[in-house]
Amino acid sequence: MPSFLSSFFDAGPAIVFWVLALTAVTAAVWVVAAKSPIHSALFLLLTFLAVAGIFILTGAEFVGAVQILVYAGGIMVLFLFVIMLVNIEETAKLSAFHKETRWAGVLAALLLIAVAYGLASGSKMLHGPSDPKSLQTIPAEMGSIAGKMAGTSPGNSQAVGMVLYGRYLVPFEVASILLLVAMIGAIVMGKKKLESEEVDR
Amino acid sequence: MSKSLLEITTGHYLVLSFILFTIGLVGVMVRRNVLVVLMSIELIMNAVNINLVAFSRQLGDLSGNVFAIFVITVAAGEAAIGLGLIIALFRLKNSVQIDDVREMNG
Repeated sequence: MPSFLSSFFDAGPAIVFWVLALTAVTAAVWVVAAKSPIHSALFLLLTFLAVAGIFILTGAEFVGAVQILVYAGGIMVLFLFVIMLVNIEETAKLSAFHKETRWAGVLAALLLIAVAYGLASGSKMLHGPSDPKSLQTIPAEMGSIAGKMAGTSPGNSQAVGMVLYGRYLVPFEVASILLLVAMIGAIVMGKKKLESEEVDR
Repeated sequence: MSKSLLEITTGHYLVLSFILFTIGLVGVMVRRNVLVVLMSIELIMNAVNINLVAFSRQLGDLSGNVFAIFVITVAAGEAAIGLGLIIALFRLKNSVQIDDVREMNG
């Protein structure tokens, strides 16, 4: 194989990263810049898909799949549904933006300086290559079943599952309570007032 | 091509995450439509997830992945509550512009 071809294939993950990152950033800019909320929502969908690709690129395949299922599948449908529900004729005389955009610019510039300083003066650890293989193996301190499999390489999803139902079992259950509370709250806020309640007022 | 273009390190992911975070922050500050403000918050959460996953890879620890899943859970709950609020607001004011909601402004 010619040397330039092999160097091209070595650069494969890097090219994928740059394409996904540019897609994500461009789409994110258009989420904020687009005038119509529908356009914002569709660009947001593109951002979510690109970020899911970035997750898969880092070796976090399970998080990438969850990102597509929950964000692109669930949250985006919810957003589009609500946009259709509340989409009225926007008042043309009002701009879609506030007057005070310069304060946002100042804040963004300050953040940029802070993070650039942090990255420039940060430890060398941030610039070293990293090994995604370790995300495929189950940690050794897990329970009895996982203990037999510890150190083997069953894939990211299984390893995440072992950690999620082992070390993080209680937070996992608390998250389900959080989702229940969010569901009840959304139903209570979304429902119409019953006639009996209005008579009481 | 230079080495920094071809070798993707944790720093690259951090810069990407920071750019997405800033875009989301600016979106929260400059937009009038509550729906787009909520979308910008989702962008911020995505940026945080990129950070978590990048450090998870760097340290070889799956906890970062698990925390990203928890952040996605919280984002789903937040979207449901936020969109419920927007529908309630729309019923009350017939508008989704934040400038129309200034009762607590004094």
